Amino acid sequence: MSEPNNQKRVTAHQSKYMKLSGLEPLVLNENSNFINVGERTNVAGSRKFLRLIKEEKFDEALDIARHQVDGGAQIIDINFDDGLIDGKEAMIRFLNLIAAEPDICRVPIMIDSSKWEIIEAGLKVVQGKCVVNSISLKEGEEKFIWEAKQIKRYGAAVIVMAFDEVGQADNYDRRIEIAQRSYDILVNKVGFPSEDIIFDLNIFPVATGMDEHRRNAIDFIEATRWVRQNLENVSVSGGVSNVSFSFRGNNGVREAMHSVFLYYAIQAGMNMGIVNPALLEVYDDIPKDLLEHIEDVILDRRDDATERLLDFAETVKGSKKEAGADLSWRENPLQDRITHALVKGIDAFIIEDIEQARQEAESPIEVIEGHLMIGMNVVGDLFGAGKMFLPQVVKSARVMKKAVGYLNPFIEAAKTEKQEPVGKILMATVKGDVHDIGKNIVSVVLACNNYEIVDLGVMVPPEKIIETAIKERVDAIGLSGLITPSLDEMVYLAKEMQRQNFELPLLIGGATTSKAHTAVKIDTQYNNAVVHVNDASRAVTVVGDLLNKKTSHAYVAKMKADYDEFRTKFLKRGKEKSYISIAEARKRKYKIDWETSEIVKPKELGVQILKQLSLKELEPFIDWSPFFRSWDLHGKFPDILTDEVVGEQATIMYNEAQVLIKDIIAKQALKPKAVFGLFEANSINEDDILVTKKGQDPFVFRTLRQQLKKREGIPNHALADFIAPQDTGKTDYIGAFCVGIFGAQELAESYKAKEDDYNAIMVQAIADRFAEAFAEYLHKQIRTKHWGYAADEDLTNTDLIKESYKGIRPAPGYPACPDHLEKETIWELLEVEKLIGVKLTESLAMWPAAAVSGYYFGNPEAKYFGLGKITDDQVTDYATRKGITKEKARKWLHPTLAEE
Amino acid sequence: MSNIQQALKERILVLDGAMGTMLQAYKFTEEDFRGERFKDYPTPLQGNNDLLSITQPEAIKTIHAKYFEVGADIVETNTFSGTTIAMADYQMEDLVYELNYQSAKIAKEVADAFTAKEPHKPRFVAGSIGPTNRTASMSPDVNDPGYRAVTFDELRIAYKQQIEALVDGGVDLLLVETVFDTLNAKAALFAIEEVKDERSIDIPTMLSGTITDASGRTLSGQTAEAFLISVSHIPLLSVGFNCALGANLLQPHLEAIANKTDFAISAHPNAGLPNAFGEYDETPEEMGEQIEAYLKKNLINIIGGCCGTSPEHIKVIADIAAKYKPREFIIPKEAGIL
Repeated sequence: MSEPNNQKRVTAHQSKYMKLSGLEPLVLNENSNFINVGERTNVAGSRKFLRLIKEEKFDEALDIARHQVDGGAQIIDINFDDGLIDGKEAMIRFLNLIAAEPDICRVPIMIDSSKWEIIEAGLKVVQGKCVVNSISLKEGEEKFIWEAKQIKRYGAAVIVMAFDEVGQADNYDRRIEIAQRSYDILVNKVGFPSEDIIFDLNIFPVATGMDEHRRNAIDFIEATRWVRQNLENVSVSGGVSNVSFSFRGNNGVREAMHSVFLYYAIQAGMNMGIVNPALLEVYDDIPKDLLEHIEDVILDRRDDATERLLDFAETVKGSKKEAGADLSWRENPLQDRITHALVKGIDAFIIEDIEQARQEAESPIEVIEGHLMIGMNVVGDLFGAGKMFLPQVVKSARVMKKAVGYLNPFIEAAKTEKQEPVGKILMATVKGDVHDIGKNIVSVVLACNNYEIVDLGVMVPPEKIIETAIKERVDAIGLSGLITPSLDEMVYLAKEMQRQNFELPLLIGGATTSKAHTAVKIDTQYNNAVVHVNDASRAVTVVGDLLNKKTSHAYVAKMKADYDEFRTKFLKRGKEKSYISIAEARKRKYKIDWETSEIVKPKELGVQILKQLSLKELEPFIDWSPFFRSWDLHGKFPDILTDEVVGEQATIMYNEAQVLIKDIIAKQALKPKAVFGLFEANSINEDDILVTKKGQDPFVFRTLRQQLKKREGIPNHALADFIAPQDTGKTDYIGAFCVGIFGAQELAESYKAKEDDYNAIMVQAIADRFAEAFAEYLHKQIRTKHWGYAADEDLTNTDLIKESYKGIRPAPGYPACPDHLEKETIWELLEVEKLIGVKLTESLAMWPAAAVSGYYFGNPEAKYFGLGKITDDQVTDYATRKGITKEKARKWLHPTLAEE
Repeated sequence: MSNIQQALKERILVLDGAMGTMLQAYKFTEEDFRGERFKDYPTPLQGNNDLLSITQPEAIKTIHAKYFEVGADIVETNTFSGTTIAMADYQMEDLVYELNYQSAKIAKEVADAFTAKEPHKPRFVAGSIGPTNRTASMSPDVNDPGYRAVTFDELRIAYKQQIEALVDGGVDLLLVETVFDTLNAKAALFAIEEVKDERSIDIPTMLSGTITDASGRTLSGQTAEAFLISVSHIPLLSVGFNCALGANLLQPHLEAIANKTDFAISAHPNAGLPNAFGEYDETPEEMGEQIEAYLKKNLINIIGGCCGTSPEHIKVIADIAAKYKPREFIIPKEAGIL
C-alpha cells in the first residue's frame, strides 16, 4: 500500500486499540497504517487455491499463504466455503500445517466461513489471537449473541457484517442502523471488547448502469465515517475489489478505481481490508483525466458519470505484460541444441533432444560418445580459455548427468559396453574433517572431463582410502581438508602409500593445504607424484598430465624437482626470523590499564540456547565474498557483480543463490541452532583465563602468546591480555559460543540423488554462509543485548564484515588461537553437543560442517591478531599448564612451531 | 473485590517456591509413594508427586507450612500434573478428581490455620494447573507437521475436571502455569470460563508462561507480547512468566509485557540455570539480588520461585518484597454477562 496511507484520516472515537497475534503481535494504534488482509488463501478469492485444496495439494496451498505474507499481508484470510470441499476438515488441516510454518503463522489468521462449525473448528487450532470473519444479525439476536460469546471465550476479534433479519445493508441509513444495533448488543449484552469489533459495511459495485447503485461507494464511505466517529474503538473493513466489478477485464481502470476508493475510504476511517496489491495504482500516478472520471463515479458527482467513464475506459489499456525467455535456439539443428544446452547449463529440453539423438543413432552409446562429448569438448575448450567459469561447468555437468542418466537403461538393455572412462580418481576428505565443497567441485569438473570418480565422502579413515584404491584400481588419489589437523592425516596417508609401495599420484587440496606444506611435509614422504592443486580449474590439466602415459614420467620428475627447489628456499626463509623466550614475551605482553579500563557486566550471565531463529533474520548478515571464492570467482561483493571478467557469471550465481535461499527458507530445510554463554572470568598466570560457571569447578582457557621478536614497544599478544588479571581484584567477563546450520548434508544429498551436483554444492556453500552470518548475528546480539556493552551500536553489514565493532570473537583453530584442542573446553563449558547437537570429530572439526565456535572478548582494546610461530619453551609450558603430554601438544600445535 | 485482589493492591504478594525440590529431600521410595492404598497398583508410582497428597499428606502440609512460615502469601496446590492427560502415564485418570480435591483441601487447611494466627496477613491457596505433557499446536512427529497428539477439546475437558475438583476443594484462585503452548493455555482458560459461568462464581486466575529460548519465544514460537495478546481476552488476576530461566534472564521478558498490560504481573523464576547435574544451585542471596532488580524497576505484583527454590529462597524474596511497592495495575471487572 502506498499513497492512500499518507492521507489524513477522520478523527476516530478511540480509547483502546485492537491487538492481534500470530507468533508475533499486530497492534493497532493511532498511527497505524491501513491493515492489508491477504485473501489468496480463500477458495472464493483464488481459483488456484480452490483447485489445490480440491486436489489435496496442501503443500502448494501453503506456498500461496507464504507468498501472501512475503508480499506484505499483515493478516491472512482463510476460507474453505465450497460445495465440493469438507470445509471443517480442510480448515483444521490447513491451520495445523500453517502452525508448523513460522514464516506464515507469524501473522494473525482470519478464520473466514459462513458456517459456525467451521469457524469454531478453526478457533480450536490456532494459538494466536485470530479474527473471525464473520457474524451478523442475519439469523436473529439469539444466534448472534451466542456466537459472539463463544468467540470472546476463544479469544478472537470479530468482523460483523452489516446484515440483519431484514437483509443486507445497502444504503447509508441501513448501514449505520445495523452497526449501531450490533455494537450495542456486543458491548452491553455480551461484554465484547469494543476494540475487537470490526465492521464490514458492504462494498458494492458502482458504474453498473443501474441508478440504485450510484451511491454504493459514497454511502459506504459516509457510513464508515459515521461508524468511526460514533462507535468507540471499532475498526472498519471491506473487500475493495468489489467496487470495480463492472470493469472486469480492464485492469487499468480497476487499479485506478481501487486507489481512488481507498483514498476516500481511508480518510473516512476504513482501517483494514482486502486489497490485491497487484491491482492497485498509485493515486498520484493516475492520469488527471482518468482520475476525474473515476472520482465522478465513486463520489457520485454527475448524473452521467458512469457513461462518461465507460466511454473513457475504452481508451485505457491494461497494465503490464511479461517478456518470455528467448527460445530461438530451439530452432537450431540437434547437435547445436545439445551443445547449447550443455554450454548454457539448461536442462529443460535435454531429455527431449537426447531421445531424438538416441532414435537417430545406431546405439545409445553413440549419443554419449558423439553428441554429448562434442558438447562437453566445447565446454572444456571454453573453460580452458577462461571463457567459462567454474559454476557454469558444474551446471554443464548437471545437464550431462541428466542426459547420461536417461541413456543408461538403454545402454544396459543393449548390453553394449559402457564408454571407457579415461581414468578413475578416488576422492576423499580425510579422517576427522567434514569439509567437502572444494572436493565436490573438483570431482564434478573431473567427471565432466570423462574421469570416473570414486567419492568416499568426508571423514574417511586412511585404511579405507588405501583399501578402496587397491580394490577399485584407481589411477590417482585426491585428498581434501580444511582444518589444520587434516594436514597430518595427509602426511600419514603419504607415508602409508610409500610403505605399501603405491605408485599412484597423490593430489592435495583444500583451504588449509598449501604448496609449502605439500612440498615440505608430504612430498618428502612419498617417492611418487604429489601435487598441490588448490584451484579446481587446474585439476583437469594436472590429472591429464599425470595420467597421460607419454607425459607422466617427465611431469612427475618436473614436479619433484620443483618441490625440491621450493622446499630448500622455503626452509631457508623460515630460519631468518628470530624469536624471544616465552618468559621474555610475557614481559612484553599487551598491557591494559585495568584501573581505568571499562568493564561492563553482562546483562545475562549463564548459558542460553537459540533454536527458534528464522534464516530470514540471518540473511542480512551474509558476507557474500567467500561464497564467490568457493566457486573460484574472485572479487569483493557487491563489486564482483559488475566485474568486467566474472561479473556476469557472479550475477547469475548470486541470483540463483537467492532463489535457492528463498526456497530453503520457505521449506525450512536448514535449521540454525546456537548455544552461548557469558561468564565471570579473570586471567591467571599471564596466559590462562579462569572461567567461573555457577555450581561447577572453574574452567580454564589456555591461550598462546606471540614469540616473534618485535621492535621495542610493540607488544607480544595473547588473548589472555584482554581479560583483567585476578590480582587486580576486578571481576571481568568472557563469553563462548557455537552456532551450527543443520540439514545441509541431507539437502545436498537429495540434490545429488537427482543428479544435481550443482545445487548440492550450492546448498553447502550457502549453509557455510549462513553459519558465518549466524556467528555475526549472534555477536551483534551479544554486544547489544545479552552482554550489552555496545547497546547503542549502529553498524551496517559492511561495517560488520570489516570488523568495525567493539570486542572480538576469535575462534580456536584460527590465527589468534590456533589450538583446536581449546574447542573441547568450549564444548564442556557450554555443553554444546548436549544442548544443540554440534559434535567434534577426532580432528576437532565441527559436525555439521557449517558451524562456527569461539570466544567473546568485550574489552574495547581487544583486537584480532595472528599468533605467528612459537618456540619449544612455550610448547613445554603449554603442555604442563594444560595437563597433556608434550607429544600431544606438539602434534596439535605443530603448524605453528617455529622450528618446523 | 475479593480478598486477594484487595491484598494485591496493598503489597507485593509472595508465592511459594518449588514443591518437587522439597519433596526430593524426603527421598520417598516406591513403597512410600504407594502407601497402603495403592500397594498393589499395577504401574510404578514413584515420581508421581501429585499422588503424595493422598499417600503422604503430612509431608505436603509440612512443605506448605514451611513456605507460609517464611512469608509466602500464596501456596500452590500439589497438582501440577493433575489432569487425566498427564495422569495417563500412571493409569490414574480416574483418580484426578480426588487428587485435586485432596490437594486443595490440605493446602487450604494449612492456609486457614496461618490466617487465623495472623489475620492481618491472610494466606491464599492457588490451584496449580500445569501444561500437561502434550502440545495442541505442535506436532510431535517431524514427518507429519499437521498431526496433533492432543486436541483443544480433549484439553478443555481434562482441565475442566481438574478445575472443578480444585474449586470444590476450596482454592482461592487458579494458577495456569508453565505455559509452553498458548493453545493449551487457551483451552484451560476456556474451561475456567465455563466453570465460572455454570456456577455463577468468580475465580481469580493467574496465568504464567514459560520462555525457553534466547530469542525470547515460547516453545510454540510466540514472542512474549504475542503470548500476552493471545491470553488477554479473559479477565486475569495476573500474567507473567515462570520456570526455564533464572531470575536475571527472565527480566527482559517481564519488561516486554509489563508496560503492555493492565493486569498484575507475576514471576516465579528458577534458582538460576541448571548445572551439569541438572541441579539448581543459585543461593537465596544471589537470587534475591536479581529479584530486587525487578522490584526496583517496579515490574512486579506477585513474586515467587520455581524449580530449585526452597523456603530459604522465599524468605529472602519475601523480605525484599516487603521493602517495595507493588506495580500499579487495574483489576479487571468481569464484563457484563446476560
